[in-house]
Amino acid sequence: MKSCIFAYKHKAILPSASQSFYDNMKEPNQHTFEDQFQARIDAEERIEPKDWMPEKYRKTLIRQISQHAHSEIVGMLPEGNWVTRAPSLRRKVALLAKVQDEAGHGLYLYGAAETLGAERDDLLDELHTGKAKYSSIFNYPTLSWADIGAIGWLVDGAAIMNQVPLCRCSYGPYARAMVRVCKEESFHQRQGYEIMLTLARGSEAQKQMAQDALNRWWWPSLMMFGPSDKDSKHTAQSMAWKIKRFTNDELRQRFVDITAPQAEFLGLTIPDEDLRYNAETGHYEFGAINWDEFWQVVSGDGPCNRQRLKARRKAHEEGAWVRDAAVAYAEKRRQRKAAAAQQQQVA
Amino acid sequence: MTLTEAKFEYLLRLGDNALILGHRLSEWCGHGPILEQDIAITNIALDQVGQARSLLQYAAEVEGKGRSEDDLAYTRDVMQFRNLLLVEQPNEDFAYTIVRQFLFDNFNFLLHQALTQSKDEHLRAIAEKSLKEITYHLRYSSEWMIRLGDGTEESHQKMQTALDDLFIYSGELTSPDEVDQQMHEAGIGPDLDRLKPAYDQKVKDILAEATLQLPEVKYMQSGGKDGRMHTEHLGFILAELQFVQRAYPGMEW
Ligand SMILES: [Fe+2]
Ligand SMILES: [Fe+2]
Ligand SMILES: [Fe+2]
Repeated sequence: MKSCIFAYKHKAILPSASQSFYDNMKEPNQHTFEDQFQARIDAEERIEPKDWMPEKYRKTLIRQISQHAHSEIVGMLPEGNWVTRAPSLRRKVALLAKVQDEAGHGLYLYGAAETLGAERDDLLDELHTGKAKYSSIFNYPTLSWADIGAIGWLVDGAAIMNQVPLCRCSYGPYARAMVRVCKEESFHQRQGYEIMLTLARGSEAQKQMAQDALNRWWWPSLMMFGPSDKDSKHTAQSMAWKIKRFTNDELRQRFVDITAPQAEFLGLTIPDEDLRYNAETGHYEFGAINWDEFWQVVSGDGPCNRQRLKARRKAHEEGAWVRDAAVAYAEKRRQRKAAAAQQQQVA
Repeated sequence: MTLTEAKFEYLLRLGDNALILGHRLSEWCGHGPILEQDIAITNIALDQVGQARSLLQYAAEVEGKGRSEDDLAYTRDVMQFRNLLLVEQPNEDFAYTIVRQFLFDNFNFLLHQALTQSKDEHLRAIAEKSLKEITYHLRYSSEWMIRLGDGTEESHQKMQTALDDLFIYSGELTSPDEVDQQMHEAGIGPDLDRLKPAYDQKVKDILAEATLQLPEVKYMQSGGKDGRMHTEHLGFILAELQFVQRAYPGMEW
């Protein structure tokens, strides 16, 4: 049973000592610090919250970790959409547990961002105002039960591809969060594939449902790896800092190589006429990605961007009185305890 | 009613309570007031749907007509459901959800505590496992009753409103009928009349700590556990819950 005590206001673990040290630092020393920092990275040392780090490294990580956290939370919505309609009690339990895992991932990740001095409230504000991004895949609708299978198989599958290398990320708290997350994601992936397998082995209608889901989720899944390397503005620096270990295109290729045979095993057709195995390279070649669609969804105009943000904002706004009450009650309790202690002293 | 028929009815009651309330709680998934409580509510939903599975499996076995847990959950209509009216009431807001949960958990805890003494071995085993979970549910809902009741002016108001609306459904929980009586006589279930004082006392204690007023109720509503008259909400729950099985009958999922 996970802890359910009201644990909202985490104290951010601010690297206070080294932070003031950094603030007082004079320009000429900057290079030395950055060189030493890079040397540690090159030696595969883990950077911990209290260690000195370049401001850009901190900012890059906060951006990436919070985007990741938001993706977990927004990602609960398309799948949550089928929790009340899951076709059997066994599936209902499994889906609920899965979506709950995603909430847990969000929690660890917000926690990891807080070790860098970010506040969860501020990060949530950025999500709610549309300033922060989250994975564009979650802006697509879940229209049938097969979509739950397709998301587990493809979306969790792609997430694993992205996240396994993050377990070796140079920033310690992020890397450690990813180790936990990856274990659960691979369970989700197998579960999703098993749903697809059941449908693919089922009636004609079920098979069609599975094929339709694959048709809709395939290309958005490939887009999950982000823009192609030549258009990715953060890749080079992130690789040098060992936040990233592989480029977007490398990871995307690996995903296609693993997933294409799985689709074949299911007896389903990947919606790409150009998809073929190249025996010489040992890789699958695949067709051109519609980057216009990618940028459209990323910039807020995908099929469900508005609904997703609206749902998150609504939950947050309607929950305000609950959070306020919990804070007020905790304060009352503290005061009552203090008063009781004082009375005891008097007596 | 034969003993087997009565036992089937009784197991449906237990199973349907767990299923319908678990379903209601699962509607919160992804929409909770804060991430930690989203997770907590989903935990309770998971426990309850899990309990529903054990209970409905056993009910199907007792019925002996070759039905499965899913047949019972997905192919019965409103009139065949045996859950309490309380658990089918809508989530509305977090206050209604917590009040509904507390009123139910308080009963469910006492019931399952008693069921761990049941002469029915299978039911006793289910109850022993569930009691651990329900003990936690009751602690959770009690704490939130107090926290929100004694929180801010606004939260206090919301909780009192929810309590005033939902309390009319609490009478059914501890009022025994023929099936309850038959189960009690067979040593399978407890005497509800004997649970009632403990139930009322706990309500009194928690409301006092939560600074909430016990609503004055002239008439309690009933008709859920005997299937005589559910509220209109149950039909919509089933429309959603059963959609896939109804649209594509007889398939493996
Ligand atoms: Fe996740
Ligand atoms: Fe993830
Ligand atoms: Fe996942």
